[in-house]
Amino acid sequence: MAERYSALALARHALTGAPWERAWRAAQPRPSYDVIVIGGGGHGLATAYYLAKNHGITNVAVIEKSYIGSGNVGRNTTLIRSNYQMPGNTELFEHSLKLWEGLSHELNYNVMVSQRGQIVLGHSPSQMDVLARKGNTMLLNGIDSELLDRGDLMKLLPYLDYSPNCRFPIYGGIIQRRAGTVRHDAVAWGYARGADQLGVDIIENCEVTGFVRDGDRVVGVETTRGRIHAERTAISVAGHSSTVAKLAGLRLPVEAHLLQAFVTEPIKPFVDHVISFGAELFYISQSDKGGLVFGGHIDGFNTYTQRGQLPKIQTVAECAVALIPSISRLRLLRHWAGLQDMTPDGSPFIGRTPLRNLYLNAGWCYQGFKATPATGWCLAHTIAHDDEHPYVRHLSLDRFERGKIYDEYGLGQWTYRQ
Amino acid sequence: MLRIPCPHCGERDFTEFRYAGDASKVRPAHGTDDLQAWHDHVYLFDNPKGPHREYWQHVLGCRQWLVLERDTATNTVIGSRLARDRVRA
Repeated sequence: MAERYSALALARHALTGAPWERAWRAAQPRPSYDVIVIGGGGHGLATAYYLAKNHGITNVAVIEKSYIGSGNVGRNTTLIRSNYQMPGNTELFEHSLKLWEGLSHELNYNVMVSQRGQIVLGHSPSQMDVLARKGNTMLLNGIDSELLDRGDLMKLLPYLDYSPNCRFPIYGGIIQRRAGTVRHDAVAWGYARGADQLGVDIIENCEVTGFVRDGDRVVGVETTRGRIHAERTAISVAGHSSTVAKLAGLRLPVEAHLLQAFVTEPIKPFVDHVISFGAELFYISQSDKGGLVFGGHIDGFNTYTQRGQLPKIQTVAECAVALIPSISRLRLLRHWAGLQDMTPDGSPFIGRTPLRNLYLNAGWCYQGFKATPATGWCLAHTIAHDDEHPYVRHLSLDRFERGKIYDEYGLGQWTYRQ
Repeated sequence: MLRIPCPHCGERDFTEFRYAGDASKVRPAHGTDDLQAWHDHVYLFDNPKGPHREYWQHVLGCRQWLVLERDTATNTVIGSRLARDRVRA
């Protein structure tokens, strides 16, 4: 049994100088498993964890082509929230937020959940009506939400631009106080360690190169480290969903796009909440190290390069300064890009596929990180029961064929405009 | 910065253009009542990691539609032609 992390263990190691053991074993692939999860990101690791924890299925392998934490789980802007409006998403994201609230204890790993509150700003009277409707929907579903007027905001966020002539005047906003941020790397490491302790094999540097089929059934995968058989297989690979699904002969309603994120040089505590601009897609928070973390919209055309385009940096910087003029002279320390698996209605897919014993979790667009615990929970249920969890029935892969488009944002069927 | 060769105006920044999606798809014949064909046309994507043909309109230039071929793994431009030439061809 692996060592429990505690204050006592910390003191013991500090005093004796004893080295810490690995957080998870460097597992070698075995010839066969009950379940293989392709993709060692947050979603894949959480799925393996809940398969073992909730369903007692411990003969599981997570196959990762690189190292744990190398993909989107380490590239996002770490926000968690549950301010959604449509039946289905409301339950799913609220379940996720509740799991986040207990996750550090659940995993015995400090994932640094910080419920600092997320504020969405309104810049016109009609936008305030929309925010009020959103807040009411949340309250009716038992989710916390509070409408703020301009005076409240001037007290809470005195550093925003409230000048009378600014391009997007601030009328008010809405706050979800239970929303906030999480240390994203710790989520990957915590779930990996938790799953490993329950018997899951986490196999890094092992890329899936094909699927083993028996008629319309998937019975295993070909990898760079040989063939591995599995009763059931799940794909959870975010940006590369199309390329992995193609190996199984599936064509998905997914396109790969880029989203850039930014960190400034560290400053003293300044932005105490997560703030979303209401006039453009822009959001900002401050990390524990002091850097302002922010992001905006996708680059606008499909690409796998993971290198962002300069004009988007300018747009995002303009948003930042329009909202908080006092940060105009801060220097950007780092910026990076992650692959978004964009879908035609802005919603993901979790569930069964046309191939038996093959399950899919893909198409998360911008929303993947905050959904990590609930996705793992629901995908594990879906795999264990060969039937979708009630929280994800609205996210089936065939919903477009059935006319059940799930457009939380109502933007039309363009992947590059979601 | 992605630079797009416009057949009329020469190589320009991509910010002069409007992106309009996958150009390799062929629209089902007008009046087709095969709903699966329409579903596949509207919602499914090859989404290749490699050469990809896509529509761009030079909105801040000659306003012509063109088909750009670009490697999505590197953003290297392979070639471009006017969309109407492609339709006629």
